[in-house]
Amino acid sequence: MANKLIKQMGLPNSIANIFTARNIITAKDALSLTEFELMEQLDVGMAEVKSAMAHISEVVCPPCQTALLLMEQRVRDERSAGHLPTRLRGLDEALCGGLPFGVVTELVGPAGIGKTQFCLKLSLLASLPANCGGLDGRVIYIDVESKFSSRRLIQIGIENFPEIFLKKGMAQEMAGRIVILRPTSLSEFTESLHHVQVSLLQKQVKLLIIDSMAALVLGEHDCGASRQQVLGWHVSFIKSLAEFSRIPIVVTNQVRSQTGDEPLTFSFQARSHSIKKEDRASYDSHLVAALGINWAHAVTIRLVLEARSGLVLLDDDGIEMKGSEINTIHCQGQKALFNSEW
Amino acid sequence: MEVGMLPISASKRGKLLAAGYTSLHSISRASASQLATDIEVSQDEACEILKYASQTSALDPSIGNSNTSNLYGGQTAWTMLNEEKFSTRITTSCVDLDNILGGGITCKEVTELGGVPGIGKTQIGIQLAVNVQIPLEYGGLGGKAIYIDTEGSFMVERVLQIAEACIEDMSEYSNHFHNNVQDCEVKMHPNSILENIFCFRVCSYTEQIALVNYLDKFIEEHKDVKMIIIDSVTFHFRQDFEDMALRTRLLNEMALKLMKLARKFCLAVVLLNQVTTKYIEGSYQLTLALGDSWSHSCTNRIILFWNGDERHAYIDKSPSLKSASAAYSVTTRGIRNSNSSCKRIKIV
Repeated sequence: MANKLIKQMGLPNSIANIFTARNIITAKDALSLTEFELMEQLDVGMAEVKSAMAHISEVVCPPCQTALLLMEQRVRDERSAGHLPTRLRGLDEALCGGLPFGVVTELVGPAGIGKTQFCLKLSLLASLPANCGGLDGRVIYIDVESKFSSRRLIQIGIENFPEIFLKKGMAQEMAGRIVILRPTSLSEFTESLHHVQVSLLQKQVKLLIIDSMAALVLGEHDCGASRQQVLGWHVSFIKSLAEFSRIPIVVTNQVRSQTGDEPLTFSFQARSHSIKKEDRASYDSHLVAALGINWAHAVTIRLVLEARSGLVLLDDDGIEMKGSEINTIHCQGQKALFNSEW
Repeated sequence: MEVGMLPISASKRGKLLAAGYTSLHSISRASASQLATDIEVSQDEACEILKYASQTSALDPSIGNSNTSNLYGGQTAWTMLNEEKFSTRITTSCVDLDNILGGGITCKEVTELGGVPGIGKTQIGIQLAVNVQIPLEYGGLGGKAIYIDTEGSFMVERVLQIAEACIEDMSEYSNHFHNNVQDCEVKMHPNSILENIFCFRVCSYTEQIALVNYLDKFIEEHKDVKMIIIDSVTFHFRQDFEDMALRTRLLNEMALKLMKLARKFCLAVVLLNQVTTKYIEGSYQLTLALGDSWSHSCTNRIILFWNGDERHAYIDKSPSLKSASAAYSVTTRGIRNSNSSCKRIKIV
């Protein structure tokens, strides 16, 4: 949309030619200048600039839909009204049906909590046929730390969906729908994202899993500022992938311990900070999601996995695990998944 | 240069100066045909220049205009007081929050709400989009809402949840205050609430700017829009913007246009912002994103933060509200009062 040519927007020829003559070719070029700057550059009056910009803006502007239309569309066109059911009853209820299509869902938790296992289960669910509650499609699994185990995948399949997996040839077909990519560096990952974009359009990909995002980024850059910039591009790209293909994208993230000089407060809170000093002792044991605050803003849903005496608790907001609503999930059918190793 | 104030092209300005017209007074004294021959433009263009010159000189009191009681476009403070007293506000459904806001979000103003991820910015946005539709009989505005989603966090199911809870609350309210059974029926259906929210999904900063430009025309055609929510105004301006000066200029222009929309159509504009870290007074602190010059652009600025286990809102900047903080909570029914024991509003 932003790269639409001004020539093709139906502006009167006189003004369209002036735009071209001054090297303002796409809508983005025109909208990146303020009205005053345009007046100077194009050498036309303010009224003409305003009407030309109003016309260009109307063409470039995204379409309007009422919330009702959106809802009806999703209920009608997409499976489970645009959600991938995770088969964890409490979680599906909290998420209004399951992991939503078109957005990025993040799984955060300490090592060994079960993020990769959850991802394996999700990739199975997406590949299952519709009559079993699946999405009947392919899955692209970007496995950075080489944690994907096909044996484990089949085992989960057999234990949870014996009616499918024990049938002849079905296990092969289900497993055949999951494509695993193993980029070893950030640049390889970036390249594979472009390939992913192409296959999303051509093949029936219904789920993208990136396990784990933290491992890719944290290994590469030491300097904080460039890491932010790098992530910035990837975040936008992944979000737009999810948006245009209307698939769920699941990303896993690591945790790290909170360092003492972490920016936690706004400047107006500094006055009451002296009361909080005794809490600092507990900060060393406190865990915080990796990848920073910019990343945290960009993901739509964050599922925090925490283990507390055998039950897995999930909450879906909060940058730190304090002060948010926690749903206790009664794991139906999850017992086969989380075995006593953890 | 007074001639520099005229909204005409640079070459025409240059011609005017070259022909000796250095002040607006000299231009307005000339006739159209004289002007046309002097600066070699057509008769129509000369008439236009004359029109601009006379409009602009009406604003300048030094050009012998002794009649200053009705300056072009001005209003006296007394008329504005009457307007301000009777302007309705849009409730946030949380009594404590409404109290520190003086009743709710005000129309004709741009309010910015910013906070860390997960504090409830989108939730407040959705609650306001529903609450603006509360009918006049129940103390609302009965208007429609425009929701501009830049991050993809608009969940339709959540809107439905909040809409249903709002209708239930309205029925309960009418049950208390109206004893006639026939008055208790709230004639709203959650689907009609959803129908009155216009959603735009913006995928780049170009689209965002284009949309803000287009809103003028859109609201002319949908005069009952009373709330514009942009969630979030920051996202597309944060990813790979190399030229920071350009970003500041574009953001300023966007803020001015939104302010103009708020005043022209008497609606409320709510902008949701993200946070970033800044090095102040020897340590890194959290602050709202988009920089210092953006912080001047909005009328009111509210910061949402965690206070222990509770969500709080703090009025950081407002021309008319006191600096105070209040607690709120996000429930399945939407934004509501917080349940904690210490619910005192802290005046800072």
